[in-house]
Amino acid sequence: MADKVEFELVSPEKLLKSQPVDMVVVPGSEGDFGVLAGHSPMISTVRPGVIDVYEGDRVVDRVFVAGGFAEVTETRCTVLAEEAVALADLNRGAIEKTIKDLSEDSDDSKSEAERAAVEAKLAVARAKLDALGQSAAH
Amino acid sequence: MPNLKDLKNRIASVQSTRKITSAMKMVAASKLRRAQEQAEASGPYAERMGRMLASLASNVQDNGNGPKLMTGTGADKVHLLVVISSDRGLCGAFNGSIVREAKRQIARLQGEGKTVKLLTVGRKGRDQLRREFSSLIVESYEDVGRRRLGFADADMVATKVLALFDAGEFDVCSIIFNKFKSAISQIVTVQQLIPFAPPASAEAAASDEAKAMYEFEPDEEQILAELLPRNLSIQVYRALLESAASEQGARMTAMDNATRNAGDMINKLTITYNRTRQAYITKELIEIISGAEAL
Repeated sequence: MADKVEFELVSPEKLLKSQPVDMVVVPGSEGDFGVLAGHSPMISTVRPGVIDVYEGDRVVDRVFVAGGFAEVTETRCTVLAEEAVALADLNRGAIEKTIKDLSEDSDDSKSEAERAAVEAKLAVARAKLDALGQSAAH
Repeated sequence: MPNLKDLKNRIASVQSTRKITSAMKMVAASKLRRAQEQAEASGPYAERMGRMLASLASNVQDNGNGPKLMTGTGADKVHLLVVISSDRGLCGAFNGSIVREAKRQIARLQGEGKTVKLLTVGRKGRDQLRREFSSLIVESYEDVGRRRLGFADADMVATKVLALFDAGEFDVCSIIFNKFKSAISQIVTVQQLIPFAPPASAEAAASDEAKAMYEFEPDEEQILAELLPRNLSIQVYRALLESAASEQGARMTAMDNATRNAGDMINKLTITYNRTRQAYITKELIEIISGAEAL
């Protein structure tokens, strides 16, 4: 039995998960990376996407995060997420509606900053949809 | 001699006041518990963020070209004070002490020949500061976290602060809020947000861990550039949570005192009422007796 890595998922509002797992796959901004026990220490930004939690070689948990940061040490993997939702709780209809609303907002927005803010939200919503598409294909 | 009916009305009105204040105390107590839980729940994130930041900071400061949020603009002319107060009153000295501290800071900074700008959160603080310094207030927020304080609320405030900073509206930013110590004691705290100084203790703790030499993906500067605005939001969020807990604590204490005072008052009034009633009876008896004797 291989050593376990302590996985923590934290949002500003609370500690969402803290459990030993076999492996986590985190969507880093420069590509997904898997963390096993004994990973070399690193800090990375996280893009909107899905974190897969592995127990043995099975995925036991899939959580969508809307970006954030990950800190990895040899024994620990901490993800500071801006928003985290279990993949099972995402609702396709609601997300599609959000995307539609946001696209309209983006067209209406006056200033550059306003547009950037809306675009960021839009990217998150699109990533959610992608995540759903992926899990349907699984 | 006071009128019996008037006294009775007074007693009734103080009694209903006491009912209200004791209900408010109860509400404040349960809100306080919730606020405290929330403040505790935000601890882990802030703590890990601090750790990450400290290890990043020690890596970046070496080459001396960190982002502006950390190194500052190089100037020290314009100060932005973020003043956090409550939307509602009846919470003792809570808002008073915040405003007093804000005024002291303004006087001090202006005395040093610096420009001061204000950003207020909460209606009470804004109202009191507006009397003297309405020209300094650049933005004010009300009803922040009316139902439940969320991270989004803090993010909104932080985004505004960042926008002002990017526009070069100020050089240094501090936040003034009530730090929760216990239900009866809140400490007015002034904390500098921009330029961000990693807390000394965190730095010392991190220096050991930082030796572990992290790999960074993408590079340090880019992560730091993303992490610092996040950290600002977190600091604002922490301040808002502390302030929310303090507000409820202050209100609980204030309402507890009010309830006790109302009780004392009811006792006093009841004694007066009884004495007066007896005096009336005695007076009537005397009248009857002296009337009978005259016959």
